[in-house]
Amino acid sequence: MSVNELPKKFEEFGEARRLGFLKAKEHKDKGGRLAGIFCTFTPLEIFDAAGIVPVSLCGTSEETIPDAEVNLPKNLCPLIKSSYGFAVSDKCPYTYFSDIIVGETTCDGKKKMYELLSELKDTYILHLPQGIDRPYVLDMWESEIRLLKEKFEKKFGITITDDDVRAACVKRNKERLLKVKMFELSKSIPPKNYYKGIHKVVDSLNFTFDLDETMKNIKKMHDDIEENYKINGSPVKLTDKRIMISGCPISGVADKTIGVVEDNGGVVVVMDSCSGIKPARNLVDVEAPNIYRAIAERYIKIGCAVMTPNENRMTMIKELVDEYKVEGIIDVVLQSCHPFSVERYQVKKLSEDLGVPYMSIETDYSTSDVGQLTTRIQAFIEML
Amino acid sequence: MNNYIGIDIGSTNSKIAVLDENENLIKTYVSSTGFSSKDTAKKLMDEALSSGIDRKDAKVVATGYGRVSVDDSDKTVTEITCHAKGAVYLFKNKNLVIIDIGGQDTKIIEVEDGNVKDFIMNDKCSAGTGRFLDVMARTMELDIPKLCELAKTGGGVTISSLCTVFAESEIISLIGRSEKKENIANAVVMSIVQKVASQTKKVSLVGKQVCLTGGLCDMDFILDALSKSFGVKVVSDKNARFAGAIGAALYAKGLK
Ligand code: SF4
Ligand code: SF4
Repeated sequence: MSVNELPKKFEEFGEARRLGFLKAKEHKDKGGRLAGIFCTFTPLEIFDAAGIVPVSLCGTSEETIPDAEVNLPKNLCPLIKSSYGFAVSDKCPYTYFSDIIVGETTCDGKKKMYELLSELKDTYILHLPQGIDRPYVLDMWESEIRLLKEKFEKKFGITITDDDVRAACVKRNKERLLKVKMFELSKSIPPKNYYKGIHKVVDSLNFTFDLDETMKNIKKMHDDIEENYKINGSPVKLTDKRIMISGCPISGVADKTIGVVEDNGGVVVVMDSCSGIKPARNLVDVEAPNIYRAIAERYIKIGCAVMTPNENRMTMIKELVDEYKVEGIIDVVLQSCHPFSVERYQVKKLSEDLGVPYMSIETDYSTSDVGQLTTRIQAFIEML
Repeated sequence: MNNYIGIDIGSTNSKIAVLDENENLIKTYVSSTGFSSKDTAKKLMDEALSSGIDRKDAKVVATGYGRVSVDDSDKTVTEITCHAKGAVYLFKNKNLVIIDIGGQDTKIIEVEDGNVKDFIMNDKCSAGTGRFLDVMARTMELDIPKLCELAKTGGGVTISSLCTVFAESEIISLIGRSEKKENIANAVVMSIVQKVASQTKKVSLVGKQVCLTGGLCDMDFILDALSKSFGVKVVSDKNARFAGAIGAALYAKGLK
């Protein structure tokens, strides 16, 4: 049943991209379902229970920003522009082949971008509460998760049972634990590996269509690092300063943040952001009588700057600084991201309270500021 | 006898400072960076060694935005760390707020007990930098010293754009309206002073001496205007443009 056509420009694409398209096409041709997602708040367990593979569509390259700027304003966060650009230009296999896109009401830019996206794709929006301190918040978020399930049932003509959902929760918990265990290799002094490589693998896991395979890969990476450590010791120098990267998702700027830190006498020990440990902290209570409630409780705890107030991020930073013996915090804000940009004030204050030096950098997906960023990051590390 | 050489490759000008064993400043030299920072680096190194210093007896640290183009250095260190060291040396004070208005960026460095405690660097645009003054001076067919001199007698006009491109067109329209040159000059210099002052206010000035380093260090109008804005005297030194190079040389002395 080959109803899945490749995009017209397929032949012009580079090899890696063509492979991505072929892989996604193969998955679809075999009857597989694919959904595009954008945010850590998206309850993955519902996708798993519905037999839908969720793939993050967050754009990480400046390549498609000019395509996006035809319809979107210039002064918008690069993540939003890049994501939309991939969709309009047919350059992302996962956007292209997704059956549905599930967005969420987080920041204003993303929320409004989904309206444009819905012209291209079936787009469904989860409504997130704006904070977590109202008494109705859990009721609301639970019903949103149930509505998502109903949407899937209708769209794909399937039935999703509580047992399906519960089983999915058990599995996702396992995946989270494996991830955390791997991140925790950086707790030792010195960390058992540089973060650069870890990040690359974590990033690529997002495009594996099989959760079992993903878990196998995480475990393998953990074991490889552990093994290498036993034989050769850590490649990290004891004098390397232990840095936490905080703030916006950084997969689009990994080289000029993680890369620059680790090339200049530092080592990233933990990232609190959605590109790092945030999606893996906290588990779903799989014993709970109402499994939807348990999912709602797990996800609502995510400390993202789109929430007001956002105490949970501060609590997590405090815990991570302590657990990972952080010596300096670099808060990375993507240009035009208001939530994280304004929240720097609180993070800076928190760092002062914790006695950990703090620096914030604002950047986008271009390479024009690499020199400047290098100087700032290098100077920050020299200062520690 | 050992010598310590600091080479500071800036975006506009490059500087060297040579220290002897006892940290006496025995040579300084400045040259424009030009198109190739590699060539400039080589020229400066030759200049440093010209006074009979043997490379084998010298330690060399490179700093500044072109620090990686100095092939022959023993180490590269950022201009933030070097400016701090250099300023502590020049002003004989370990608690400083350093304002360095450079060619392409402006840095505010807070120094406590001789160490960098915090620093601010402008984002990637030329507002509030030496480049801004340079472009404006050129539009008015002046150079920076003359612009600052003229600014002393002017007033009453402001320019609202911090962006170099927009500010330039504001100035062109002021010239078109035959506004007095000294008033325009005043507006240009005050716009940079205000930008730098508001950046500086993000760090705490309490208990610290405020000093100006970099290429604008002998523009007394800028010093006075900054002093007024903070309500404390902002100091400078004739060698303050070499602060980065001096700091690099001091760093070289600390190398094993
Ligand atoms: S940073 Fe916030 S809005 Fe962005 S993906 Fe993470 S949780 Fe979602
Ligand atoms: S980085 Fe900020 S602006 Fe961009 S999508 Fe995330 S929350 Fe929105």
